[in-house]
Amino acid sequence: MRASSQAIFTALADPTRRALFERLSREGELTVRALTDKARVSQPAVSKHLGVLKIAGLVIDRRQGRQTHYKVEPQGLRPLVNWIGVCSAFWRDRFDDLETLLKRMDQ
Amino acid sequence: MRNNPATRSLVIEREMAHPPEKIWRALTQSELVAEWLMKNDFQPVVGHTFTFRATPMPQWNGVTDCKVLVVEPNRMLSYSWSSSGEEALNGLKTVVTWTLTPTPTGTLVRIEQAGFRAEDENFYRGAGFGWQKMVAALERVAARPA
Repeated sequence: MRASSQAIFTALADPTRRALFERLSREGELTVRALTDKARVSQPAVSKHLGVLKIAGLVIDRRQGRQTHYKVEPQGLRPLVNWIGVCSAFWRDRFDDLETLLKRMDQ
Repeated sequence: MRNNPATRSLVIEREMAHPPEKIWRALTQSELVAEWLMKNDFQPVVGHTFTFRATPMPQWNGVTDCKVLVVEPNRMLSYSWSSSGEEALNGLKTVVTWTLTPTPTGTLVRIEQAGFRAEDENFYRGAGFGWQKMVAALERVAARPA
């Protein structure tokens, strides 16, 4: 299931959501209550923001008793990766390594 | 494939001061390939399936699935290059083609990686929202080990 890039941009355009996402990236799985403690908004507002992040494919939720736990979806930002750019940089580095090897093969 | 408007390619060329025969060895002998590219079980045999293996990272299992498509000694080598495992569904499905052309002082080494889909390229580039910078920062955050 690939969320659209647009949904990801929309989700991360909001500073509160961005802060929630960054905190989950840093600290791993957290409950809505733990996330609310350091947010400057109410728990219902935090839940709503987390729902937007979830629809964008950026976080995963898990219910345990009365608590809902959230964590970052590791593949969430993948649709934003510029693969042509990543691969170009990769091959340029490999060309350097290939030339180093070719020089060594002379010896 | 090359003219398919739905996909794009990258091309990188560099002239190297070595003969094609020597570069061919570096491109096709598994243990030499491992020294400059990745660990692999490559064989220069059309139809041979193999993998490149790198150290796994967050968001990447480190494995690339490949199949040899063209082997023209000292001239051209081509293999498919696809994401592996659970990333395969949304991952890369590309073809890598190496071309060696002799020059007066060595060899022009050309790589073409073809078959990038539209969604493999960031549409936010140049959009003017500062997205690129923000997304780069987010990728760094997301790449930290949990």
